[in-house]
Amino acid sequence: MAKMTLQELRALREQKRKEMKKRDLSDKTMQVVIGMGTCGIAAGAKDTLNAFIQELEEQQVSDVIVTQTGCMGLCYVEPTIEVIVPGMPNIIYGKVDPEVAKNIVRDHLMNKKMVSDHIFDRPAADIIDQGRK
Amino acid sequence: MHRTICDFLLDIIQNSLEADSSTVIVHVQQDESRCEMTVADDGCGMDPGELKAAGNPFYTREGKHSHRKVGLGIPFLAQTASMTDGIFDIQSKKDFGTSVRWVLPLDHMDTPPLGDLSGTFLSALTYPGEFELTILRSASSKGRQESYELQRSELAEALGDLESSGSLALLRKYITSQEQELHKLLNG
Repeated sequence: MAKMTLQELRALREQKRKEMKKRDLSDKTMQVVIGMGTCGIAAGAKDTLNAFIQELEEQQVSDVIVTQTGCMGLCYVEPTIEVIVPGMPNIIYGKVDPEVAKNIVRDHLMNKKMVSDHIFDRPAADIIDQGRK
Repeated sequence: MHRTICDFLLDIIQNSLEADSSTVIVHVQQDESRCEMTVADDGCGMDPGELKAAGNPFYTREGKHSHRKVGLGIPFLAQTASMTDGIFDIQSKKDFGTSVRWVLPLDHMDTPPLGDLSGTFLSALTYPGEFELTILRSASSKGRQESYELQRSELAEALGDLESSGSLALLRKYITSQEQELHKLLNG
């Protein structure tokens, strides 16, 4: 691949916009939040982020919001991520390596089926308290 | 402990973003034998007492994690630098910002591998919040030099947003294409 210029990046974005089949997954936006604290990074959260981007691209889904946050307080099951899909409970998944990330895209985001082996409920109590302050 | 040098970099950039910085400048310079990284921000900074405490793994900024008594990012990096005969330096001024610089020899047996720079830059550039991030990356080998620059505001403007999966996939391609040129130079 030759070194891209910003102009090429702009052109590619326009092209993708036209090409990308707008999948009617839901009327509201789905969101994946990846925990990127020291603990998440040490456990490979960067590879997890990468895997989400790659799998969503392969599945031609361009409108999932993928963001990052700091430590979610579940350092023992990192990498942790939160998945928010309208009409489904918000789920915290733990031990999300690139392979699990792919399953989450296919099952949870595309087929509305939770990946039950990796559900870790919600952020730890002290982190929730902190948010309420 | 982090597995790659890039993990340290991402951790330190995150410290800057969590310190309410509006501008963060990252330098990554590399040649055959060493890599040097600098992360400079204009965030909340630390007073001399806090700065000293930041090197202690059992210290974390109040409010960052209530009920938690560890902060491992900076101690991990300082330990790695000392283990590998590298350099670690941190300067900070309360209310003005912090600058962290480290140099690691790439041929020391205890130096972790460099890791995935493209993924690190992608993660740092797309971290949520209102801030400007400039990444200056260069590599030199046998008298030749290659470099590129990534600016968050410029990329956000070109892509329209920095959070949808479509934009992220394009940004990943873009950064990888920049990094490949340097890779060619360093690996002949």
